[in-house]
Amino acid sequence: MARKRYLQAITEALHEEMARDSRVILFGEDVEVSVMGDTRGLLERFGRDRIRNTPISEATLTGMAVGAAASGHRVVLQMLFSNFIYTGFDAIANQMAKLRLMSGGQASMPITVLASYGGGGSIGAQHSDSGYPALMNLGGVNVAVPATPADAKGLLKAAIRGNNPTFFMEAIGRGGEMGDVPDEDYVIPLGVASKVRSGKDITIVAIGSMLKPALGAVKELEAAGIDPEVIDPRTLVPLDEKALCDSVAKTGRVVIVDEARDRCSAASHIAAVLSDQAFSSLKAPIKRVTVPNVCLPYAPNAESRLIPSAKEIARVCLNLLRRAD
Amino acid sequence: MAGDAVSEGLTMELNLANPTGKQLLALYEQMLLIRRMEEQLKLDAAQGNLPGGVHLYIGQEAIAVGVCSQLEDTDKITSTHRGHGHFLAKGGDPRLMMAEIWGKRTGICKGMGGSMHVADFSRGILGANGIVGAGFAIATGAALSAKLSREHRVSVAFFGDGAANQGVFMESLNISTLWELPVVFVCEQNHFSEFSPSATVTAGQIVDRARAFNIPSDVIDGNDVLAVAKAAHAAVERARKDHGPSFIEARTYRIQGHFEAEQLFLAGGKYREEQEIEEWRKRDPIDRLKNGMLSGGKARAEDFAAIEARVAGVVAEAVRFAEAGEPADPELAFDLMFDGQKA
Repeated sequence: MARKRYLQAITEALHEEMARDSRVILFGEDVEVSVMGDTRGLLERFGRDRIRNTPISEATLTGMAVGAAASGHRVVLQMLFSNFIYTGFDAIANQMAKLRLMSGGQASMPITVLASYGGGGSIGAQHSDSGYPALMNLGGVNVAVPATPADAKGLLKAAIRGNNPTFFMEAIGRGGEMGDVPDEDYVIPLGVASKVRSGKDITIVAIGSMLKPALGAVKELEAAGIDPEVIDPRTLVPLDEKALCDSVAKTGRVVIVDEARDRCSAASHIAAVLSDQAFSSLKAPIKRVTVPNVCLPYAPNAESRLIPSAKEIARVCLNLLRRAD
Repeated sequence: MAGDAVSEGLTMELNLANPTGKQLLALYEQMLLIRRMEEQLKLDAAQGNLPGGVHLYIGQEAIAVGVCSQLEDTDKITSTHRGHGHFLAKGGDPRLMMAEIWGKRTGICKGMGGSMHVADFSRGILGANGIVGAGFAIATGAALSAKLSREHRVSVAFFGDGAANQGVFMESLNISTLWELPVVFVCEQNHFSEFSPSATVTAGQIVDRARAFNIPSDVIDGNDVLAVAKAAHAAVERARKDHGPSFIEARTYRIQGHFEAEQLFLAGGKYREEQEIEEWRKRDPIDRLKNGMLSGGKARAEDFAAIEARVAGVVAEAVRFAEAGEPADPELAFDLMFDGQKA
């Protein structure tokens, strides 16, 4: 184990996977200088054939990823911000997500799309969406939302080695955060949730960037004598429904925290799954703590009050626990 | 089966300067196969026998056949919603195509794709496509893969004049020029963008858009299969030698509507005159090759009769195969969304 930053873990995974398999290529806007920090050092090591700066042409880049993947390469496409996925959406929704089914299984789509998401940095509404719910609805793409450096590295390796399109969503606010990362080569399979903290009173499901405020809320709850369980789904497609249901079966109460807008968010999907599959375990309504159905504004004070905070998560948990059993 | 005779003819390299009668007959047979397959589909559509709609390629056959005569199995093509001709010209099996359009599990895509999505990856057919203009980027990506593999593979993006108005056209021209990718953009100028005459939706000349990037560009008669093959030959050679992209605008005409049964939807509305269609029928690419060969002494009437009979046999066999197939397996939808992962 070594302490590493979230972004550093991602960079390491890219280096190791490109060294491991010469079919892996990476392209995107400004990947040479690596403005996001995740592709640093790749050009020097792997050269301009495999690491390519592209024009600002998202609609074509996503389609090119499909064409290159269908021709035998394993593509990593860096799309910078999750908002830019919208400009490249046709080839994602109509090609990448559908070509395997439409071709009767002839096509494999080994594509990993990197995009950072979330607010908190006053980057305005067009750079701060948590756009993964739209991806979840496509059916044919996986969605990974790693919250820790170790998970980021293991999930990215699984995505690159896998044969399916996977959106690897980087929590923009967590890039500099530290965590323990195993030294050996390891892969974290998609679809396996992580139990971050074991507890018995209430389940907090924390998605991606929301793990940090959720753990902040845990401190407040512990101080109030409450023993919360924290589950990080790690991937939204596939979703580890069993881990979520098992936790709720134990605690009977659940709060789901998501930085996406509330309407049709990952949180609302998980709430629907739990109400279907864990209804008899529930002692109280399922609660969601999400971004309201607005765009994140620029001004720091206006933005921060909309993003779920530790205090808000703790408040919702306490309210839920005050209800009579 | 007769389909083998078709491919046998084309395994010989086409002598473009002075093609032999045998070579020309092979091109003729491929065009005729596409025509007769689609006439069958036209009939099936009119009788309500097909589960979905079909967009027919009748009148444009010389483009698919001329271009694909210059391609190998390992070369890739992207096609359009009007894709039956490209599928067959690139070596796709008529039986598997017919079964696909009938929605059978014996279809090339197991009934999951249909007319607008016929694909055969083993023959480099990356698929017909229901999204107008989607093939540009896919072909460009395939060309990137080819260039990195250093296998001198080529990719061809077939598209219509309507697709040239999608922004990805410009983006793909830009990237393929910058990166000198082995891709050939083949614009089938069939004069209609769905139900809108091209002139009402397209400014300037499409070829000028490619010339703006200094891409070697050709405007040719798309109803002359040899002219198409010659232009494609030059473009494909450039790509194989790693000299970057080429553009071909092949002028032709869409004889059928945007899709069969469109009259039911148009409710008597018209977007073109019958006389215009008749004018273009006189320039039919298949008749034209036949008449040229007869007058030039390159073939005899009985050669064409033999081909007609052989093609009829292939079509009949395709229909039999499609009819005999079991309906698609609905469970497949869950298995095929992902590789090795249940949806």
